[in-house]
Amino acid sequence: MSGVRLLVGTRKGAFVLTSDGKRERWDISGPHFAGWEVYHVKGSPADLNRLYASQSTGWFGQLIQRSNDGGKTWDPVGNKFVYDGVPGTHMWYDGTPHPWKFARVWHLEPSLTDPDMAYAGVEDAALFRTTDGGQNWEELPGLRTHGSGPSWHPGGGGMCLHTIILDPKRPNRIFIAISAAGAFRSDDAGITWTPINHGLKSEGIPNPTAEVGHCVHRIAMHKSRPDILFMQKHWDVMRSDNAGDCWQEVSGNLPTDFGFPIDVHAHEPETIYVVPIKSDSEHFPLDGKLRVYRSKSGGNEWEPLTKGLPQRDCYVNVLRDAMAVDSLDSCGVYFGTTGGQVYGSSDGGDTWTPIVQNFPAVLSVEVQTLP
Amino acid sequence: MIRVLLPAHLKTLARVSGEVQVEVKVNDAGQPTIISVLDAIEARYPVLQGTIRDHVTQERRPFVRFFACEEDYSLEPPDTPLPTAVARGTEPFLIVGAMAGG
Repeated sequence: MSGVRLLVGTRKGAFVLTSDGKRERWDISGPHFAGWEVYHVKGSPADLNRLYASQSTGWFGQLIQRSNDGGKTWDPVGNKFVYDGVPGTHMWYDGTPHPWKFARVWHLEPSLTDPDMAYAGVEDAALFRTTDGGQNWEELPGLRTHGSGPSWHPGGGGMCLHTIILDPKRPNRIFIAISAAGAFRSDDAGITWTPINHGLKSEGIPNPTAEVGHCVHRIAMHKSRPDILFMQKHWDVMRSDNAGDCWQEVSGNLPTDFGFPIDVHAHEPETIYVVPIKSDSEHFPLDGKLRVYRSKSGGNEWEPLTKGLPQRDCYVNVLRDAMAVDSLDSCGVYFGTTGGQVYGSSDGGDTWTPIVQNFPAVLSVEVQTLP
Repeated sequence: MIRVLLPAHLKTLARVSGEVQVEVKVNDAGQPTIISVLDAIEARYPVLQGTIRDHVTQERRPFVRFFACEEDYSLEPPDTPLPTAVARGTEPFLIVGAMAGG
């Protein structure tokens, strides 16, 4: 029987949760790397047993861990992330130039075809790549050295490259997003980059429709339609039907369009999920009710999904990398909260069950569908 | 041999328990220094490269401290000689995670 493996990164370690296709009973292993912040854990689509994890602390810096057995055992690999050439400066919060300085890896995106190749999105924003299973990391400097780079500002969480999407139909196409620079696309495997922020409107920047400077929180794509992208921005849920060339707002009837994660149903490319929270200054659900919102029309018309989720006194957040979907016949949807809960739905979001309730604050959730 | 006490997280990472002992190069005066201890630790445990000091600048990470014989060596130049008691192995060189955060 097929099954699923959840990869959960938290403030105090990583956890691996496995279940059969029913997704009713879960085996939990961890914490792996106990006491360290694990921003992201992700498996290779080309080898389900090959996992990469980003482990860091403010004390001892960045480590990358690799597993070759689906998370049973781990080995540290390379942790040397050095910007190519002289890094230069970006804008600091106060508008002064600030030297580019590596802080941590926010997101790991393994290649779709090669288990030894993976991309790393880092703070301060840059894209790195390994081709030897994580032993060595080299920057793809064309992004950071884009002409707009000196004007990039950090978002509230730092100037992080948090989203990396590899186009399954065009091997040389990569999408990335940076808080708070915006979204960029490369059509030459990461050598050169184009800002793809036309149509975004951000009231919090001097020019609300600027080419760069938008606080994009997350982008999602369905692998069958890589030209259609969905975005949760600081405020606004957006959609692009032309690979990011232009965006239109699809917030529709959402009670608030501020949020962090966004994801797409595994089998219904027009079904998307967001978790609205109250505002940029109050990062928790509106009225203390934890509600996932689902649109089956690619945006604009949204329905609240509440069954099994707390509907009173709930003041957690769901971070940008903390939602994922499996690809079993009945699509599973999962998300983790800053309160340490991981919720799962085995029916596309109609009903939810807490899988765990007392983890450390959840930073990321990924899922692998097992044969 | 120099005795070195690592913080818990780095012991886990290096897969050691208790103190470690390393052979350390000495300066022209025959004394081990801060940098020679760090070089020896990283040579023996490559996984610790980048966790105590920056890969490129070799600067001490801000929340890592160096103590020896009840003195704080964190802000001393890297080529500072270590006390005789550390050089003789009667006292350890302490690499400590600073008390910060929770």
